[in-house]
Amino acid sequence: MDAKRKDFIATVVIDLIVAAVVGILVFLLAYILISGLPHVSWSFLTGTTDAFSGAGGIGVQLFNSFYLLVLTMLISIPISLGAGIYLAEYAKDNWRTSLIRSAIEVLSSLPSVVVGLFGFLLFVVKFKIGFSVISGAIALTFFNLPLLTRNIEESLSAVPRNQREAGLSLGLSKWKTEIGIILPVALPGIVTGIVLSAGRVFGEAAALIYTAGQSAPVTNFSDWNPMDPASPLNPFRPAETLAVHIWKVNTEGLASNAAQLSAAASAVLIIAVLLFNLGARVLGNFLYRRVTASK
Amino acid sequence: MLKQYSFEKTAVQTFPDNVSLAMRTENLQVFYGANHAMHDADLGFPKNQITALIGASGSGKSTYLRSLNRMNDNIATVTGKIWYHGVDINEPNVNIYEIRRHIGMVFQRPNPFAKSIRENIVYALKANGIKGKAELEERVETSLKGAALWDEVKDSLDKSALALSGGQQQRLCIARSIAMEPDVLLLDEPCSALDPISTVKVEETLLELQKKYSIIIVTHNMQQAARVSSQCAFFHLGHVMEYTPTATMFSNPQIPVTQDYISGSFG
Repeated sequence: MDAKRKDFIATVVIDLIVAAVVGILVFLLAYILISGLPHVSWSFLTGTTDAFSGAGGIGVQLFNSFYLLVLTMLISIPISLGAGIYLAEYAKDNWRTSLIRSAIEVLSSLPSVVVGLFGFLLFVVKFKIGFSVISGAIALTFFNLPLLTRNIEESLSAVPRNQREAGLSLGLSKWKTEIGIILPVALPGIVTGIVLSAGRVFGEAAALIYTAGQSAPVTNFSDWNPMDPASPLNPFRPAETLAVHIWKVNTEGLASNAAQLSAAASAVLIIAVLLFNLGARVLGNFLYRRVTASK
Repeated sequence: MLKQYSFEKTAVQTFPDNVSLAMRTENLQVFYGANHAMHDADLGFPKNQITALIGASGSGKSTYLRSLNRMNDNIATVTGKIWYHGVDINEPNVNIYEIRRHIGMVFQRPNPFAKSIRENIVYALKANGIKGKAELEERVETSLKGAALWDEVKDSLDKSALALSGGQQQRLCIARSIAMEPDVLLLDEPCSALDPISTVKVEETLLELQKKYSIIIVTHNMQQAARVSSQCAFFHLGHVMEYTPTATMFSNPQIPVTQDYISGSFG
């Protein structure tokens, strides 16, 4: 067989594989959206759920998902930023660093249900925090940290070495070079990683079932004092998220229209995750232009 | 096959006491782990002159240059003395950040920051406590004029430095260094990534800059060394073989290895 023919066959095979991947994705998205969207309405998006049957709207769950996401990010971004900067810039190439890297890898491969059970035993039971937003946020932080740390480390390492030399040769300290010169260049990549991981956190269910709980007590949306038990901002109240709600409606929902409810909630979840992905691209590109062309 | 030359026979000039030196090294040696990359370099660099360091790849000239402002810290082990204003700046307790403000460096590949042209120059100045807007403006203009870039960029100071051509970027890097008002400027093959026209511009810039600064330039290009430098040191396999005024080096090299290198027998 001549080279040209081989090349043709290889190209066709690769094209088919790519087409299959794209096809599966499009089919999945279309299926979820077509079966779910017709049941999505304003009252569904803002309404409250009947605690017994699971019927009704997903307003509280939607809010819980976003609130949990924000809390998780508030905890995990600073930690992973520190860890990522350390690994990319300060860690020496020795056994200790490779131990840290392996530890991060192991953490990232822990099944989320195990992370959830750990959070349940430690925070919910042992520390007596109970099913709460904060327990869920900490469990999700464990789940989120390794990926975010890796992303930040890789974004920083991708910045050419000669940028660091330029900073040092001007008498800037290593820290100043890092924060003022390297970090801005790496920022678009870091932000993209953060938004993508936000999508993952938003859709996570297993780790939350045992930590943030499966009930969404109706909260008083006019009370924004985080210390009040009825406030939506209270981090110590149980908070069923959208993903957990889908799981619950499907497994133990007693509502007659449970299938439609979960289809509609799934469509909303998918749209939110897609928006995160889109947002990651737009924000990453915007920041890149902004940082490099400055102003 | 590369001829074996004796490292015993060298011709390294020293300067009389009445020549004031910008800096001087004494028994400078560099090791990359077990690899002895630079042997016993004793070189003095006269003030307000351009000194060229030439030699083949792997001759140790860049390694030597990078030791002079301690850019080899954490990369290589440097022993010996580096005298600068009567202080041995190779001592561990020396403030390397302070030293680098006095001994600036320009690298082989242009490495402007991913910031605006103005910000490239003022960033390090601000970090060093120069806050006055007027003074910053003035430093931007003076340094860009010094690097012969002002006329080309004066209307686009807020544009990204990455949009400049390679030659312009390199002159911006020179401007960024001289904005710190250093004493000595180290250049590590500053033209090797540039086209001939940009190279001429950078060389003209250097000839102008030697009035204010002492310049040490590593170059691959012998013609460049001949065009710009007053003193010239030839490095071979980690040894300084010959150090003479440039005119002497190219018209009357003292030892066989230099003769062969300059006539193009190797390297």
